[in-house]
Amino acid sequence: MARATREAFGETLVELVKEGRDVVAVEADLSKSTTTAKFAAAYPERFYNVGIAEQNMIGTAAGLAVAGKVAFTGSFAVFATGRAYDQIRNTVCYSGLDVKLAPTHSGITVGPDGGSHQMLEDIALMRALPGMRVLVPADYNAAVGALRAAANTPGPFYVRLGRVGVPDIHGADREFEVGRAYVLREGADVTLAACGVMVAKALEAAGMLAAEGISAEVVDVSTVKPLDAETIIASASKTKAVLTCEEHSVIGGMGSAVAELLSQECPVRVMRIGIQDVFGTSGEPEELMEHFGLGKDHLVSAAKDLIQGVRAKIC
Amino acid sequence: MLVRPNHSVTEIQDIANRMRGDIVAMIAEAGSGHPGGSLSAADIVATLYFGVMNHDSARPDWPERDRFILSKGHAGPVLYAALAEAGYFGREHLATLRKLGSILQGHPDSRKTPGVEVSTGSLGQGLSIANGIAAALRTDGLAESRVWCLLGDGELQEGQVWEAAMFAAHHRLDNVIAIIDHNGLQIDGACSDVMDLGEVAEKFAAFGWETSVIDGHDVGVLVRSLQEARQPSGRPKAIVCSTIKGKGVSFMEGCADWHGRATNAEETTCAMGELGCDLEERV
Repeated sequence: MARATREAFGETLVELVKEGRDVVAVEADLSKSTTTAKFAAAYPERFYNVGIAEQNMIGTAAGLAVAGKVAFTGSFAVFATGRAYDQIRNTVCYSGLDVKLAPTHSGITVGPDGGSHQMLEDIALMRALPGMRVLVPADYNAAVGALRAAANTPGPFYVRLGRVGVPDIHGADREFEVGRAYVLREGADVTLAACGVMVAKALEAAGMLAAEGISAEVVDVSTVKPLDAETIIASASKTKAVLTCEEHSVIGGMGSAVAELLSQECPVRVMRIGIQDVFGTSGEPEELMEHFGLGKDHLVSAAKDLIQGVRAKIC
Repeated sequence: MLVRPNHSVTEIQDIANRMRGDIVAMIAEAGSGHPGGSLSAADIVATLYFGVMNHDSARPDWPERDRFILSKGHAGPVLYAALAEAGYFGREHLATLRKLGSILQGHPDSRKTPGVEVSTGSLGQGLSIANGIAAALRTDGLAESRVWCLLGDGELQEGQVWEAAMFAAHHRLDNVIAIIDHNGLQIDGACSDVMDLGEVAEKFAAFGWETSVIDGHDVGVLVRSLQEARQPSGRPKAIVCSTIKGKGVSFMEGCADWHGRATNAEETTCAMGELGCDLEERV
């Protein structure tokens, strides 16, 4: 079943309150799109719509957190991070507050709205902040787990949610552990380290590679910060070739994080699939995935190039 | 149990004067800092901590306390002076301002300083935070608590202040009181030259706030006005305090150059003399 990770947002907040968590949500006029409207309908007294004012959204959430609430914020990734970066840095992170940013509409799969609305630098921005944890769930169930983990772990969190439906990968019973990468498919020739919508693509690509006799390991790097060094190093030292796959700029994102880790701890060939330092553009999500080189065929050919490069160097 | 410091006007005036001495001395010792806007706010902050706010330095996390948010975070020294005077930490820390390892950072850091509710320093953010706290206090049934937010006038140039002003009025947060330290000066000169603020009280009124304009150095007026502001009226309140930047030190008064620099030894002696404070006793 294809569900968008954003569909988990409002529903999970409702569940958390039912379980007794002191959760509130602050939204900036996008409650229908982000699904925080579901939370607003269930708990109107716990929902604050600031209007089109993202800086105030973060600031108000910070105040609610200072007063002891677990404060989630909505809006789209592009506005929630870029427009309010100073508020996130100087108020939320510097004070170490229980503010959980969970904006939706990240990446190019926003689609027709175009480049102005397709946030491709958010992981980079959030990852650089001291104390910020960055979660990029691959499917609906992972999003539920990520939101719950964010609510149950003190301090600032960034949970990157998306607009379009993605295939179910994780079971509903999968516990989401902050700081853990999940090996979804074992392999020996190449590691496909993916996050978000790219996990499904990586699994598809791994199936296609298997048909060609190439054994690909797929790792769901659902926590970009703190990175699961152990799992990633174990996979890299086995395959000696790591292809990172993300719906984000290749500058500063998950691929950068993995490359930073491996260059110090386990130098192997790393190739980064992502948006190559350009803005997005209008189009349908799947069209854009192909246009920007994030489709399964691109992953297959990149994986083969990578393996060939590794072998050429060894010979 | 309510802890409402009930000092007389004369006592608060004395405290404010001691705090001015602390401000000058700690910034001189640090070698850098923001004396102008700290001195302009000294009477306001002294009145809040010693005549108006419910708080207890022995229990900084007491749920029923009033909250104070220093949105103009560069005036940290005025807050540190008040917190030391109130016993949130020992006076010996004042001499460590801005130094490596100090609990007193260049701008307030809630993770380092007892009594600081939230970190500030990047201007324009305090009122949003105050609103969030006020909203939470209301839903949690803490009806006696008030959230006091001190803003600079130059700071009102930040757009977020007006996003927050809209929010407080929309949600009828009558437990929020914004106090504007209207000294008319900012780093680059007079606010009216840099970016004219117009009529500050009228602007807040247009956003749906109850407003008043008072003398920010008349402690009697401050005590009366701020205590009155405690009374809920269905609307947030903005109290515009007319102040003098550098108030209490003649050569700093009304001079934008003293926004962000420390006194040298000679100037420090002169300033402490004017304030009638003994440097050795202060820091």
